[in-house]
This record gives sequence, structure tokens and C-alpha cells, in this order.
Amino acid sequence: MAVRSKQMEKTQTALESTLESVDEAEAIVVRFAEKLGFDEDTAQQVGMAVRETMVNAVVHGNRYNRNKKVHLDVEGVNGGIAVMIGDEGEGFDASSVPDPLAPENLLKQSGRGMLLIRAFTDEFDLHPRSGGGMEARLFKSLPG
Amino acid sequence: MSVKLTTRQVGDVTVIDASGRITLGEGASAFRDIIRDLAAKGNKKLLLNLADVSYIDSSGIGELVSGFTTITNNGGQLKLVGLSKRVKDLLQITKLYTVFEVFDDEAQAVRSFS
Repeated sequence: MAVRSKQMEKTQTALESTLESVDEAEAIVVRFAEKLGFDEDTAQQVGMAVRETMVNAVVHGNRYNRNKKVHLDVEGVNGGIAVMIGDEGEGFDASSVPDPLAPENLLKQSGRGMLLIRAFTDEFDLHPRSGGGMEARLFKSLPG
Repeated sequence: MSVKLTTRQVGDVTVIDASGRITLGEGASAFRDIIRDLAAKGNKKLLLNLADVSYIDSSGIGELVSGFTTITNNGGQLKLVGLSKRVKDLLQITKLYTVFEVFDDEAQAVRSFS
């Protein structure tokens, strides 16, 4: 069950480590982005970046552990949308993911998530979260 | 809604009509199952119709690639038709446009197998 507190242009949610939470987070962010004024296509792209980040948090970070939460903060700031997604996992070295665009990796089944996150956001940063786990920060500017 | 997959024959080409979402979980595994099943039955000319697919995530893309590899290793071909702009964009971002043969028109895609 999600625990939420809402205020103007900010949403904080603690989600279970399930695939349903991935859908829920995506839907929350798409709604939030549309409310801020993003067009449908861009809101969907931000939603996909959030989906991919959530999958990393649920599957690779928390490893579907139902005792661990994924923390989703969404905020309208600086002319755009900022999304923070934190897990309670063991940590992750992003540089260990092979380049999915390298010819030898094109036919690999996995490893494209962060490529899509970077493609659909203006800023993406992944760092250790205080208290354990990883925290991703995504930002997308509203068009001019 | 997860993905719905049905197959039909157009000459010797098996067309897979997909609709819904191909994402991590049910959608991606349903797609994997149908490709494996068709490969096991010896189908070598497969055309995946994505016209009614509203959404594919990186796991879904991974399943497309895996299906492509399975069919190719089996001596067959897997081609794509009916991609939305969003799916085309995904294939361009991931450079998979260089891997898949992609068509806008089904009849043209079917003819390309002969």
C-alpha cells in the first residue's frame, strides 16, 4: 500500500517492491507532468524514463523484497519536473552496464534501460542514497 | 492491459498481430512464449504486426531482440510492420532499426519474404 503526502506541485510516495508499483509510479508521473503542462508525448516519455528507473529499483535494487520500499518524490521545479526514485537495495555500479549501442551488444536482451532514461530526460543522476540503496534523480524541462 | 497476441497465415508467412503493451512481466513473457512456440513448429517466415501496440518498454524491446535471434538461429526471419511513431523512436534510440527489417505496409512486408 502506498503512503502519500501531497502538497502543491509535490508528491511523495512509498511504494511496494512490485511490478504493480512500476505501473503506479509511471501513472503518477505522467499525470503530474500533464498537469504541469507537458504535452502528451513528452509526458509519456518522462513516464517511460520513470518506468525504467522503477524497474531498476524494484528488480535490481530491492529484488522484489516486500520488506523494502521504493521512494518516489515528484516535484514541479525550475520550469520542469523533477523525479527522485530511491531504493533500499545493496547499491549498484552504473558503469558496469555495457554500452547497449556497441555493435557486440546490439542483440543482447537486456541493458537498454538507462539508455532510454537518458534519452527521455534532460538530466539523470544516480548516486548512493543516505541510509543505503541507490537514488536516481531525473529532470525534464518544460519546453520554452 | 497486457499484450494480446494472435496469429494468422498470409500465404507462407505467419503474421503475429499484437495489441496492448509489451512490458516487463506478463506482456514480455507472452511474446516470448509465442515466438518459441512458432519456432518449435518450424515457422520460418514471421511478420510481427505492432499496429495496435501502444507501448513497449526496454524489457519488451529485449523480447523483440530475443525473438529475432531465436528465429534467425532457426534459419528463419522475423520482420516488423505497423510501428507507431513511439515504437519507431525506440528502435532508433536503441539502433535496432539497423537490425530489424521494418515495413509500413503489410502486403509489401509479406512480399519481401519471397
